[in-house]
Amino acid sequence: MNTADQYLKAVYLAQRIEDGPASTGTLADLLEVSPASVNEMIGKLEDRGLVEHEKYKGTSLTDEGLERAHDALQTYCIIERFLANVLEVEEFREEARALESVIDDTVAERLDTIIDRPEECPDCFDPERDCCERLEAELGGCAD
Amino acid sequence: MSLGQRVSSDHQLARLLQIGVVLEEVVESRAAHHLESLSPEERAEVDEEVRELLVEASEESADHRERLEALIDDLDAETVAYEEINALVDAQYGPPEDTDGVLYDQLANEETAYKFYDDLIEAVEASDAEFDLDRDRLLETLADIREEEKEGVEEVTDIMERRA
Repeated sequence: MNTADQYLKAVYLAQRIEDGPASTGTLADLLEVSPASVNEMIGKLEDRGLVEHEKYKGTSLTDEGLERAHDALQTYCIIERFLANVLEVEEFREEARALESVIDDTVAERLDTIIDRPEECPDCFDPERDCCERLEAELGGCAD
Repeated sequence: MSLGQRVSSDHQLARLLQIGVVLEEVVESRAAHHLESLSPEERAEVDEEVRELLVEASEESADHRERLEALIDDLDAETVAYEEINALVDAQYGPPEDTDGVLYDQLANEETAYKFYDDLIEAVEASDAEFDLDRDRLLETLADIREEEKEGVEEVTDIMERRA
């Protein structure tokens, strides 16, 4: 997943956490980068028509941005579920975060052919706890 | 979330190579499933060329898998057995409608594998981490496999163009 898609996914999750536009601070926390880096990238995404940024309010996804963010989150869910269910990785959340930048969505699509993913994916992803509710329930609780 | 495409540890490298093995196992298993899913009449109709392609793809994936497993061994990690992945493919498998569907699936397999190795090579090259295996051997093996995937893409594309 490229950096732009990781940002779009973060905006999507931050919008769900904040129930409104995503603040720069929340995005910086989610992405573990500086607010200055967030502002620079948000500017680029705005130029590409993927987000809208309103001063003092925050960033929102456009329809096109929302579609890409949705796909990016789905790719992330596939990686998490694949690590947990196929490779039986206990620390699958940490590892998914470390691997998402190296796993392309076409690769995730292939991995998706061998995992059993709920139809509502990725809507069952809990942004506040940063995990898929369904997967955590299957594995016995969302560890922090 | 980790921004930037690089492999920073033996552990992460082993994990990515394990994913490579699973991708190869998926290719191998799906190619076998495609042939088995056809009825005897349909199987008779599938060109010899397509049948050979599937057999070759399966053999090539097994070879790639062994080469990746040798690298993973050096990192003291394990791989998922083919039988396990074959069972997972089996559980979710929906046969393509016809020979063109088989070819499209095969093309997706080869393209995905190519993209995976290309990204992995880039991520290893971007990293200055020292791995528990020889970096040159790692990159050489990955580049060789990527080249074969590229040839695989061309081979499927040629057959598709001839059939069009």
